[in-house]
Amino acid sequence: MQDVVLAMLAKEPSHGYELRARLRDALGPVGEAMNAGQIYVTLGRLEKAGLVSAEREPGLPDRPDRKVYAVTAAGQQRLAGWLTDVSWPGPASAEFHLKLAAAAAGGLADPLGIVDAQRRELLRLLRDTQRAAMAEPEGSSAGLLLEGVVLRLQADLRWLEACEQHWAARKREDRW
Amino acid sequence: MVSETLLRTRGLSKTYGRGEGLVRAVDEVDLEVSAGETVAVMGPSGCGKSTLLHLLGGLERPTAGEIGLAGQRVDRLTERALAGLRRTAIGFVFQAFHLVDELTARENVELPALLAGQSPRAAKRQAVDLLERVGLGDRAGFLPAALSGGQRQRVAIARALSNDPLVVLADEPTGNLDSAATLEVLRLFDRLHAAGQTLVIVTHDSRVAATADRLISMRDGAFVDETRMSGGTRGNLGALAGLEG
Repeated sequence: MQDVVLAMLAKEPSHGYELRARLRDALGPVGEAMNAGQIYVTLGRLEKAGLVSAEREPGLPDRPDRKVYAVTAAGQQRLAGWLTDVSWPGPASAEFHLKLAAAAAGGLADPLGIVDAQRRELLRLLRDTQRAAMAEPEGSSAGLLLEGVVLRLQADLRWLEACEQHWAARKREDRW
Repeated sequence: MVSETLLRTRGLSKTYGRGEGLVRAVDEVDLEVSAGETVAVMGPSGCGKSTLLHLLGGLERPTAGEIGLAGQRVDRLTERALAGLRRTAIGFVFQAFHLVDELTARENVELPALLAGQSPRAAKRQAVDLLERVGLGDRAGFLPAALSGGQRQRVAIARALSNDPLVVLADEPTGNLDSAATLEVLRLFDRLHAAGQTLVIVTHDSRVAATADRLISMRDGAFVDETRMSGGTRGNLGALAGLEG
């Protein structure tokens, strides 16, 4: 979040509410759950770290929503690093994989039942995301973000299918 | 919601070959589809889902079991009556669109109405209306080759709606489409659903399945799981997209 806010400030010094409007435009329905105060918390942290400077407009009270924020030289450096960073947060595959293995090994639960429940949850998430995507006008950038979420859920569902096949075969061979 | 059963099967089976080589493509399937419901059947290729759809639509004859459509026993119909039923009561949508390349979008959509005995004038008027409904009113005079994949499938869907069918059967309707075109088709299915159209879709595309009322998983010719797609989730879009709280 800090890097994102920093990047949105790079164009020109801005008020917090301007940044919030830009975020809302870019995120669409994905940003709906975001807390309005979050942007100011993030700006406060960036200011403390010396990555942004904050200037109070003359004659106005000292409140975060009255300040104009700008990226500092240190902030520019951090941004340059962020833009070339290729780390990529993956889904929580290992935990789920171990859940199935442990459930089978310890006789705690039927792995196939766990897969079924997980598939239902992912399908509902996919449905909700799909609905949000269908409601976006063609070519919207929020729609593009939703497509990313849809594609990842589809990949996860395919992996669940592979999990199901694997554990169904184990079950048939009685090798839990 | 009043849920009147529109389509029902009992012990529906289709086998090919015999003895050692016997294949149970569809194995004693019991299915009930309510009027206005969208049902998706999912499963790996070869699980029998396409054969099931062909049986439901009277394109193939079952080896055993019953099929009832709006109270009529489809499995007992003569070939002639079955052909009539296919023309008037069932709309088909295929993965490869199956449009006639030499005919314009409007002429493709007119075909089923003409085959069902409507006058050319009525068929034309209806085709124009249907193309408007699928958002292609301005493409009526285009040949399929001049349309995108998503547009071709929408023409095929308009054609499927031509005789106001009781049920639309779709076989991998997004199988040949990219992501944006898939969204076009899903939007259209959603509108049909809202208008009360009954839809049975076989697919391996989880996006299509996720927009259905009910999802049936099929394996080795039989139904193995059923999910009603109602109810909420515990996730939220922001977390799903990687936004920190």
